[in-house]
Amino acid sequence: MSATAATMAPVAAVFTPAGATVLDCQLQKVFYGDFLAVRDSNVPIEQGKITGFIGPSGCGKSTVLRSLNRMNDLIPSFHFEGHVKYHGQDVYGKKVDPVVVRRYIGMVFQQPNPFSMSIFDNVAFGLRLNRYKGDLEERVQKALERAAIWKEVKDKLNKSGLSLSGGQQQRLCIARAIATEPDVLLMDEPCSALDPIATRQVEQLMLELKERFTVALVTHNMQQATRVADTTAFFGVDISHGGRTGYLVEMGPTRQIFEDPQEELTKQYVSGEFS
Amino acid sequence: MALNPFEHAGAASTISGPPSEGDYLGDRLFRAVARACAGLIIALLLFILWEIGGLALPAMAQHGLGFVSGSTWNPGTQEFGVLPEIWGTLYSSLLALLLGGVFGVTIAIFLSQDFIEARLAVVFRTIVELLAAIPSVVYGLWGIFVVIPLLRPVAGWLHAQLSFIPLFATDLSGPGMAPAALVLAIMILPTVAAITVDAFRRIPYKVKEAAYGMGTTRWEAILKVMLPTASSGILAALVLGFGRALGETMALAMLIGNSNQINLSLFAPANTLASLLASSFPEAGQIEVQALMYAAVVLLLITLLVNIAGLGIQQYTVRKFEGKV
Amino acid sequence: MSDIDLSTSAPVLPRLSLERRPFELRALTSGLLTGLTWVIAILGSIPLFSVIIMLVAEGGARLDFEALTALPPAGFEMGGGFANAIIGTLVMVAIATAISVPLGLLAAIYLAILDPYSRMAQTARFVAKTLTGFPSILAGVFTYGVLVISFGYSALAGGVALAVLMLPTVVLAAEESMKQVPQKMTDAAFGLGCTRSQVIWKVTLPTGLPGILTGIMLAVAGASGESAPLLFTALFNNYFMSELMEPTASLSILIYNFSAMPFDNQIQLAWAASLVLVLIVLVFNILARLIGQSKV
Repeated sequence: MSATAATMAPVAAVFTPAGATVLDCQLQKVFYGDFLAVRDSNVPIEQGKITGFIGPSGCGKSTVLRSLNRMNDLIPSFHFEGHVKYHGQDVYGKKVDPVVVRRYIGMVFQQPNPFSMSIFDNVAFGLRLNRYKGDLEERVQKALERAAIWKEVKDKLNKSGLSLSGGQQQRLCIARAIATEPDVLLMDEPCSALDPIATRQVEQLMLELKERFTVALVTHNMQQATRVADTTAFFGVDISHGGRTGYLVEMGPTRQIFEDPQEELTKQYVSGEFS
Repeated sequence: MALNPFEHAGAASTISGPPSEGDYLGDRLFRAVARACAGLIIALLLFILWEIGGLALPAMAQHGLGFVSGSTWNPGTQEFGVLPEIWGTLYSSLLALLLGGVFGVTIAIFLSQDFIEARLAVVFRTIVELLAAIPSVVYGLWGIFVVIPLLRPVAGWLHAQLSFIPLFATDLSGPGMAPAALVLAIMILPTVAAITVDAFRRIPYKVKEAAYGMGTTRWEAILKVMLPTASSGILAALVLGFGRALGETMALAMLIGNSNQINLSLFAPANTLASLLASSFPEAGQIEVQALMYAAVVLLLITLLVNIAGLGIQQYTVRKFEGKV
Repeated sequence: MSDIDLSTSAPVLPRLSLERRPFELRALTSGLLTGLTWVIAILGSIPLFSVIIMLVAEGGARLDFEALTALPPAGFEMGGGFANAIIGTLVMVAIATAISVPLGLLAAIYLAILDPYSRMAQTARFVAKTLTGFPSILAGVFTYGVLVISFGYSALAGGVALAVLMLPTVVLAAEESMKQVPQKMTDAAFGLGCTRSQVIWKVTLPTGLPGILTGIMLAVAGASGESAPLLFTALFNNYFMSELMEPTASLSILIYNFSAMPFDNQIQLAWAASLVLVLIVLVFNILARLIGQSKV
């Protein structure tokens, strides 16, 4: 059924968010070598909101997310057509160093990935990297508090980050990412490795972080999108040309995507007809 | 300083900034130095080949290919030929491979195919690793005072009863091929065992499951499924073990008898290229040193060929299990 | 095609008894092979025990304060020791470590992280593997040509020859343990805006450190026991070393020289020196294991 829809090679209607756009992302084509991974996806990320990316596996939602802070540059065969503008500045500009981009656009990964160093050093990592001159301890504590893990770790800041449970590790990684106060936080299925209770905590955390950070969230869990995302982008897979290319099907306020989708494909997906 | 288009873009509270000038300089410098060091490895091999070739050049010009086919080594008359050494190198290494190969592969099966519980396997693995850790000279000393006295009565009996077989045509008077090859076999056993264990580990568990699923006994699974699947890896282990045996020096110089002769007998003294180098070099004059350098080139070429062949087979094995062949 | 008669196909499994048949050929062969394997495994361990027993019995008997502190005896002299050889071995191994570890680590960083699939990295990796299988005596011949012909036999030349042997081992071991650092950790560092070398210094090296140290220790252990290359570079010296540019004694060459002497005193000292040499090698091996186990 998705194949019939895909043969028409549709392009989603352009969505314009109500508020200011932090990241204006127009991904015309994203390649890994000869493989076209994503096409024609225009996903503006609105300031101070949570933008959720949903879609079946292989739809390129993670690829889109990793293109926003140029993590994909680490894959040698990656290349990209289009633009990602951060406050009007092209992230893929010729003279722009991806390292600088990643300092302003932080990332939380699918698997909790603390470094094998102490909890304190994990959070202080970004601060030291940016040669922060102020009170390191105060910043670390603030980040841990914001990540809702301070109470659990305040007595064992010198313990290894790897000694924590999975859910704690993920909140530690969030603390690490927000310690330098980046503008935007990209979260790539941050709860996929967590149990339901830890997932609940991290979701709660996202809603609190929204006050200060702009969040882009990839999730394979539709309920999660309805619980936390303000805006939702639904991606589909186009198999019309023999490959598997992800593309944006529809983007809009989360309520609208789930209750009154404009596209037939979206309707089928959110009603659980395929996944 | 790198272009930072985001300087005024982010929120005021951010402490993010671009890496400093020093960070960038350090990054570039560090990467350049690391790259140079990788290049150094390649350069080192070329330098070794060039240097040893250069040292041997006078002797190569003088003796030509006759050096390889000649069988006299006489510094007095300046006659130099290494055919007996080439023979001795290959013969001792082949004998060692035969023995060390059988033992190495069997021990690898023993260690990797669930014959013993994990704790005992660790003990045996440690034994094999310690065998590899004992220095060559210590094996030489042990060979002189343990292996040779033990072998002597056996050799005497074999010679007395079976002297019509060329292998036992002479008696063991002290140092000789048999003790040298025996010690050499012990020295290459760990190499063979380690690479073979590796080859077995590379076989996915599902292959073993499939064999047991067909109702094979453990040994049928090992002989009909595991060994054939690991065969190219085992071949690599044998070739690399052979390469190691070819270049082994000290234990052989102490045990083989350093005698310039070609003899099939296991109990006759013989010589190898490496032990010729070790035993003749300290007292050699300039002309003989040049001839020894020529012998080093011959050794270099033989081991290089064998090692490259072994590594080639090993890489083929890896690719095979990655499904690329 | 309807005339196929299914009833004629004989059953592949002729009998249907699930009981063990311990005297069937299959079971007997299995038992025999298993027994043989045990015999070979035990036979293969005998040399190690024999070597250890000899070292303790022969070497232990002669290993006293004098052996560790005195200089080597001449022909008919009694007593004596090999203090200068212990020092020589340690100094040359230290020189070799100082040369090969920095170079090897940097090369390994290039091979493991900076550009693992480049032509240069693949060539260097292959060359390093080739060099590990290289006869150690050729490292001696090479250093002889490069250093000894111009500057004479020396501890420095001995150290360089050992460094040539250690370098490929260090490179391959360090590369392997850096590759073991999970990609999610380096991803996290990149995600925070580290440059490549910051990722390496702050995350890859500290995380891979136990493995790297294990590799270095094993290379050091191997170099301590080497003798063939020293024959061409450091030679031997009957006295204590006073500088790096003179012929230098080492335990392995002392064992080699003394093993061929017709005097009991020297033979006993050779065993005692072997015991010391094996202990040195073992200490580095055990260190390597301990560090390897302390992995996170």
